[in-house]
Amino acid sequence: MLRLYGKIFRTGMLTERVPTVPREEAVEREGARLKAVIDKRFRGSLAIRQVDAGSCNGCELEIHALNNVYYNVERFGVHFVASPRHADILLVTGPVSRHMEAALKRTYEATPDPKWVIAVGDCGVCGGEFGVSYASCGAVSEVIPVDLAIPGCPPTPLDLLRGLLSLFVNPK
Amino acid sequence: MENTQPPAETVDPNQMFRVALVSADIEALSVLPSPLAPADLIEVKKNDWGRLGQLASAQNWRWAGAWAEDLGTEFSMCACLQKQGRYLILRTDLPADNPALPSHAPYYWTADRMERHIRDLFGIRFTDHPDPKRWTRHKAWGETAYPLRKDFPAQGHPAPETPPDNDYPFLKAQGASVYEIPVGPVHAGIIEPGHFRFQAVGETVLHLEERLGYVHKGIEKIAEGRDPVGLLKLAGRVSGDTTVGHAWAACMAMERAAGVEIPLRAAYIRGILAERERVINHVWDLGALCNDVGFAAGYYQFGRLRELWLRENRALFGHRLLMDKLVPGGVAADIPPEAAGRMRDSTVSLRRELDELLPILDANSSLEDRFLTTGVLSCELASALGALGFVGRASGQTFDARRDAPYSPYDRLKVRVPVETQGDVASRFWVRYKELRAALRLIEQMLAELPSGKLAAEWQTPAEDAEGFAAVEGWRGEILCYVRFGAEGRISRYWPRDPSIINWPALEKLVMGNIVPDFPVCNKSVNGSYSGHDL
Repeated sequence: MLRLYGKIFRTGMLTERVPTVPREEAVEREGARLKAVIDKRFRGSLAIRQVDAGSCNGCELEIHALNNVYYNVERFGVHFVASPRHADILLVTGPVSRHMEAALKRTYEATPDPKWVIAVGDCGVCGGEFGVSYASCGAVSEVIPVDLAIPGCPPTPLDLLRGLLSLFVNPK
Repeated sequence: MENTQPPAETVDPNQMFRVALVSADIEALSVLPSPLAPADLIEVKKNDWGRLGQLASAQNWRWAGAWAEDLGTEFSMCACLQKQGRYLILRTDLPADNPALPSHAPYYWTADRMERHIRDLFGIRFTDHPDPKRWTRHKAWGETAYPLRKDFPAQGHPAPETPPDNDYPFLKAQGASVYEIPVGPVHAGIIEPGHFRFQAVGETVLHLEERLGYVHKGIEKIAEGRDPVGLLKLAGRVSGDTTVGHAWAACMAMERAAGVEIPLRAAYIRGILAERERVINHVWDLGALCNDVGFAAGYYQFGRLRELWLRENRALFGHRLLMDKLVPGGVAADIPPEAAGRMRDSTVSLRRELDELLPILDANSSLEDRFLTTGVLSCELASALGALGFVGRASGQTFDARRDAPYSPYDRLKVRVPVETQGDVASRFWVRYKELRAALRLIEQMLAELPSGKLAAEWQTPAEDAEGFAAVEGWRGEILCYVRFGAEGRISRYWPRDPSIINWPALEKLVMGNIVPDFPVCNKSVNGSYSGHDL
């Protein structure tokens, strides 16, 4: 047990400040605004439900990374929940396979209002490498309304963080 | 227990099989030279197909996969067998109208889902298949529509809205206090979709039935007509966590079809990329296994180590997951001396971190409590299922393509393959820990020996109908790939076989008798790819 405590102690705090777009000040301001929005409208806690609607699982790896010690997305009051009923935001990766179409719609319906949908990754944004076919509906917006698109194949955790920060700059 | 050499065998298994064919009066034609070299190809009559399966099973061949092809006037059907590092492919022709042949499923469990996939997508009937249920087909196309036939357009004829797949006939259990738990397709974590149907009594799992196919994206269909570069983009996204593995398999199959020999430097760089992918995935899953039993410190430590390597990938190769770094004929990323030095350093430092974590993990009684004797897959069952990768190797299955059917650069390296026989979650955890260390050693060796030379050979457009077959060892296990070219160097058939389709049934077996709350850790210890399975 001592070894474990030693390891934890020596590893220390690794969580990074958000290094973002060229003008750092603007980002800090946006970050502060997001935090303010989350504090005020969501009582300091924004709940995300991630839905894989057909991804190759690359996007999921990077979404997972948001929770590692370097990005530590929870410090902004953002956390991932197990049920759409607890969620404010659906983070959807695509393309939406036709076999997931009904499940995605039901997940959307199960999410209480007000809700936001973020399409993640090139496939979720425009169909990506898979496009539209007998098996794929393509972009998430073909199936449910989308509020924000975060492109990338896959988007890096930083891209995801920036996307989240930008969602409430012009809240609907 | 560590095997460094494949078992000594004096008789060529392919020759044994041909002798058996003659004794059984089965008419067979060895195609020489084999267009699928190094795999051998035997052409047979369709009515003998079932007997061939029976014969192969009696000779302990591992059934590794099957694929079909629509050749216009007829269908062709292939099954791939493997024994002692040799691959043997059986091929037969089927008439275009009402194609049917005997099944291999009565002799090989592994054949079950792959044959159902072929039936759903090609409309080839397997006459004595024990399970009539559909598999990959849900409700996106009709019962008599077959997407992989050439006359089916890639766009299909989709309904405005695809109905849910809610009438799949799951096996039911009956009796006092038996109940059913449906899970998914949308799961409670950041994870791919699939459906699990549990029959349970109290906390104990009586039976688990998987229902996959939710992320079927039509990969085999939309590969048709692509050029080699386009195919690689797609192959790199068969399963995002195995982007190097699948791209390598597709490259190798295409290069064999085109007769392109890649430069040795390119082979080494592919090897280094593939081992880095193995390291990153193993590190990640070791952490995730800790997380699934509530050991958060382990999860965060391994997550930290993974992130460091992802960042290094980004700095050295421009992509955190190493997507699109392979090109037909070679690689698109070089390793200059500074990069090699940096990788050597990170290898040393990761090993030091692992040395430090090992006693912490080993002495942790809560890990031991949850890992030991949980989710046991016996060696017999693993062999019957043909289990691959760390799932197989935790249950006594020693096969590793890098050592047993070596390809460049592994034919020049000493590949250590750790094997255990306990078959529980703990075994799979420790096999992966050992594989991780073996991968670090391979990376160091490849960096030390990295030959100079070109990064890619010039691509040559292969003749129409040229075909190629490849087997590479991805981090989950053996990946197979078959490619056939059409006119003008365009792909006419692409068949990737992720190890997941072989290993998914193992989860159904090993979870039986365990408690429902141990399902997540059992699932994680197998870690099948949904995308790689569903295609």
